[in-house]
Formats: sequence, structure tokens, C-alpha cells
Amino acid sequence: MDDTDRAIVNALQGGFPLSETPFADAAKALGLTPEQLITRIRVMKEQGVLSRFGPMYNADRFGGHNTLVAMSVPPDRFDEVAEIVNSFPEVAHNYQRDHHLNMWFVIAADSRERVARVLTEVQDRTGLPAHDMPKLTEFHIGLKFEA
Amino acid sequence: MDVNDRELALISALSGGLELCAAPYARLGLVVGMSEAEVIATLSALRERGIIRRLGVIVRHHELGYRANAMVVWDVPDHQVGEVGRRLGQCPEVTLCYRRPRRLPDWPFNLFTMVHGKDRAEVEAAIAGMAVREGVDHYPRHALFSLKRFKQCGARYSQRQAAE
Repeated sequence: MDDTDRAIVNALQGGFPLSETPFADAAKALGLTPEQLITRIRVMKEQGVLSRFGPMYNADRFGGHNTLVAMSVPPDRFDEVAEIVNSFPEVAHNYQRDHHLNMWFVIAADSRERVARVLTEVQDRTGLPAHDMPKLTEFHIGLKFEA
Repeated sequence: MDVNDRELALISALSGGLELCAAPYARLGLVVGMSEAEVIATLSALRERGIIRRLGVIVRHHELGYRANAMVVWDVPDHQVGEVGRRLGQCPEVTLCYRRPRRLPDWPFNLFTMVHGKDRAEVEAAIAGMAVREGVDHYPRHALFSLKRFKQCGARYSQRQAAE
């Protein structure tokens, strides 16, 4: 990443123009050509700096549902269980954390029923219990990062 | 449900990301059978209503140099958790703040905050400093640092309709 990449990341975590020529409009504000901007975004995606270029939704508002799930996975089964969990397209994040509940992941789907079904299938296929902890109140979603 | 069928079709078609081309909304319109103008108007309305929280680059914080992330969980009495959640949610150190259910006896914590930093020491210092500054140091808390990330991708909604 160079300074231009950093400027792009800092400027475009939200607020992407809704116009007929959004890349041209965004590029202008950054002093770039549209082609330069598109190429840099593509390269940062390929490098993995960006997970995607698109929307972050408030899924609650269109019937979508997600929950945080915690499991206590025996260390010698960790990779095997991770592979099962990650095989579900509804699993959006999965982290190993330093706690006896050592696997934490998010299940997101377009209905509460689908989320519940994935949770059941995860438990059936791994043979391990899973605690689900859906959010009760959202106090803040920032998640913008200074590059 | 706060959205109609046309909006939902657009939400679904866009969930995998915006095409990197000169006129991405026109391309999106081809997928869902809308004119470019209709796509732009619909997305503007969805953003206005907060259904699209944000449109643009979604970063992987780890690749950006935020090598340490902790899920800091707190056990706050139910009658205080709203107030404490609002306060911690406004802290610059905190990127996400949710109240979630306890799962006793395994899990007594009901308030979840995410704190990111360049390394573990920086994150630990930020948590300790915040706890004292905000007057919440007396609540039981625990910082669960991530050891390994297995998967990070955007949620895909309405997969049966999504153009993937």
C-alpha cells in the first residue's frame, strides 16, 4: 500500500457516489483518473486488503438475521471443526479466540429460520454444543479503519 | 419488513459487491431489470433510510496493520447495561458495541465491545485506559484476543436470488 491506496481506503469507507459515473466522481476528489481508481481497488481486493467493494447492510431491516455463536472445541479437533463450520456459506466470520469458548463465528442469513437451521446443522455435524448470542441492543457500529 | 420486493432484489444482487467498471449501476440494473436511474434512486433511498449503512471499500483490518483485535466482554447488571453500552459505544477505541444474552453458567457476560490495534499491548492499554476513564473498571470483564482468523467475508443475503 502506498499513500494513494491509503487515501482511497480512508476516503471510501462509505459515501461512494450514487451517480452515473461513480468511479469518475470519486476519482476526481482523489486526484486520480477513474481507471487508476478502479485498478487500485481491484489490486487491493486481490491482495486481500479489501474484502469487497460494496454495501454494508443493516440486515435487520429487510428480514435478515444474524447471530454470534461460540463453541468450545477440543484443540485436537479444531481444524476439522473449523472446516465444517466454514463450509456453510452463511458463516461470515470465524475467529479462534483465547478462551475455553475458543471458536467464535457469525451466522448471517435472510431469515431467522435459516439461521436457526444452520446452527442446528453445525451442532449435528460437529457433535459439539454451540451457544448462540444474538444481539439484543446495538449501541454502535463504527468499524472504520484509518489506513 | 421495511423493504419492498424490488428493493430486496437490488439488495440481493448488490450483496456480493459492486462491479468495478465505469457505470456499475447500469450493470446492476441489467441483473435486476431496472434502469440505471431507478437503481440509483432506489439505492439512494435505501441509504437514506439506513438500510444500506455504508457503500464503498470494506477493509480487512488485519491486512491494514491492525494485527490485534479483542472482543472485550463485560458483565453489567441488567438495569445498568443500557447506560454503560451507550457510553462505551461512543468511545473512540470501540468499533462495535452490542448487548447480547448471557449463557449461564458458561458465559456471564452481556455487553460486547470490539477493540482493534496494531498489537496486543496497544489494545490492552486502550482497554485499561478506557475502563478507568469511563468509570466501568469495577465490572467484571474479559478480553478475548483473536488467535487466528479462519474466515472473513461479507454476509450474503437472499442467496437464492443473488447473482454470485
